[in-house]
Amino acid sequence: MAALESFLESSVRTATPLLLAGLGEVVVERAGIINIGLEGLVIAGAFGALVGATHQGLGAGFAVAIAAGVGLAILFYVFVDLLGTDQIVTGTAVTILALGATGAMYRSWFGSTGAALSIETSAPLMVPVLSSIPVIGAALFHQPITTYLCYVLVPATWWWMYRTHAGLALRAIGESPNAALVSGIPLSRYRFTALCFGGALAGLAGATLVLAQVGTFAEGMSAGRGFIAIAVVVLGRWNPAGVAVAALVFGAATALQFWIQALGLRIPYQVVLAIPYALTLAGLAGIAGRVSAPAALGRPLTRDLSS
Amino acid sequence: MTFFGVSRLQRFPRGQIVAVIAGATALALVFFAIAGTNAGAAAAAMVNGAVGTPYAFFSGTLVRAVPLILTGLAVAWAFSAGIFNIGVEGQFVVGAAAATAAALALPFDGMLALLICLIAGSIAGAGWAGIAAWLKLRFSVLEVISTIMLNFIALQLLAYLVHGPLGDPKGIYPQSPPLSPETWMPKLIPGTRLHVGFAIAVVACAWGWYVRTRTAAGFRLRLVGANPAAAWIAGGVSVQRVTTTAFLVSGAIAGLAGAIEVTGVTYALYESISPGYGYTAIAVALLANLNPAAVVVSGIGFGALEAGAAAMQRDAGVPAVLASVIEAAIILVLATTRMRPGRASPAPVADALAESA
Repeated sequence: MAALESFLESSVRTATPLLLAGLGEVVVERAGIINIGLEGLVIAGAFGALVGATHQGLGAGFAVAIAAGVGLAILFYVFVDLLGTDQIVTGTAVTILALGATGAMYRSWFGSTGAALSIETSAPLMVPVLSSIPVIGAALFHQPITTYLCYVLVPATWWWMYRTHAGLALRAIGESPNAALVSGIPLSRYRFTALCFGGALAGLAGATLVLAQVGTFAEGMSAGRGFIAIAVVVLGRWNPAGVAVAALVFGAATALQFWIQALGLRIPYQVVLAIPYALTLAGLAGIAGRVSAPAALGRPLTRDLSS
Repeated sequence: MTFFGVSRLQRFPRGQIVAVIAGATALALVFFAIAGTNAGAAAAAMVNGAVGTPYAFFSGTLVRAVPLILTGLAVAWAFSAGIFNIGVEGQFVVGAAAATAAALALPFDGMLALLICLIAGSIAGAGWAGIAAWLKLRFSVLEVISTIMLNFIALQLLAYLVHGPLGDPKGIYPQSPPLSPETWMPKLIPGTRLHVGFAIAVVACAWGWYVRTRTAAGFRLRLVGANPAAAWIAGGVSVQRVTTTAFLVSGAIAGLAGAIEVTGVTYALYESISPGYGYTAIAVALLANLNPAAVVVSGIGFGALEAGAAAMQRDAGVPAVLASVIEAAIILVLATTRMRPGRASPAPVADALAESA
């Protein structure tokens, strides 16, 4: 029972950054944009959290992380929507840029030995009463503050997307930018804002890694979480609630390695680490034909508007 | 409706200029933020390490260029058909692993063994790309996402192999036993580290250029990449066959690159066999405008950049990962002029596939 409890607790903990990044990416993709640079936004957020927390403490850590994510998202917006570059190529460049820049800055500012081990971290907050529920109590109510933020953001994003005019406008842009435009929706403003929202949450995802999970920064510590978050969005069928479920499945798949170690099973460590990625492929194949992406996803604006 | 003073209805007229200036400024800022007062020494160390001496050029830059030329060709080939193969990194890794496995398993060594290693690497790379190609064909899974996932699986596979089945039982590090020197790639220029793999890379690019520009298959490749719907409707081209073949060829070239790296440079398999060649390859291919002949030149250019960056870290203490920042800036700037929307975007491929299915 204790093993199960700690498995569930680490599932939710591992799922939190994926859910944050995925939730932002849902909004972005519903506006017809696929931001492969998400991986770069997460590592930028992680490094921002380190810088902020080193100099000004926890609050600054989160703030700088958000700023870093938003900054890169704006860079992506400028290239994709204003300069008309390809989304996949631009996203790849943003990821390479962020991984390279954070690595170089980390080495030259903190030394190659990694001096910043003494930053203030965000300890898990225990919710009274609720956290003592058997089995799931600790998993759901003994988590860092960003997990609780997810509890608010998932329903709020869902409600905004499906129950407000603005949410409808966003989804319209993702399906047909032309139609959205001629019905008077300020398309650029929506896409810009969506990307900023996605950037802020990706930054928070990185901050969660540094401030609430690992306690320090390491080069490339995002370790593909941004890419998995993109897969989570697809598996969650472009719906905030679905994304929450998909992120939890991923968290559980990753947490499985601790459980397997605890049970003493002789499965190679690397096989377990590969499970989330294999699961993504299986999931993507499994939903084929039953889910459709936003119709304009990944398409350049200029082509749609000129055709 | 305008935003930031730019009408979204018209293409940003001075886009390229703005991008170049913004990119150069950002680069300079990042460079000085990292190198600080050391910037001059760092730049000098970089140039010296890349082209300063004949040894630096032949044993540093050109040796480094071999995997970049081949993986760049792999990316260019797939992108030409409108296939976003982001998985060259993984295909490189499985190619390297398969070549190592073949070399260790074969009861003999020498040039025939080397040839078998290279073939094994190519087949493994094509097979790894084949998974993504099959997922795309059968389930319409976006290759962008599937190839990224396969990259991570390949890295775990590599880690498993060097810790387990392919690991050196006598060694203390997680790496394979060294390959027999009889199976090593011969040197191209005696006295340098430059190996025959460079010639193979150049021949592969020449072959790619010939097929792409001088054969019917190459014409179909470019046609499908430019406009799959027209290729199918007006040209009667089987879009699926062309894109799937291009995907497999791309993977085979990437796998060959991995096999050449193991037999020509490292002589053993270990976890960090690729410092991200598959991602740099995207910059190599874009700088070459997807033209296989130009890939040779841009591959050497990026080889110089990476060899120079390594020297900069060694001699001036400025982190070599700075090269990634420069690569990213190059991709961003080129993206504003190359790979124009509508020329090879994946969306029309999906349309045409739906129609031809």
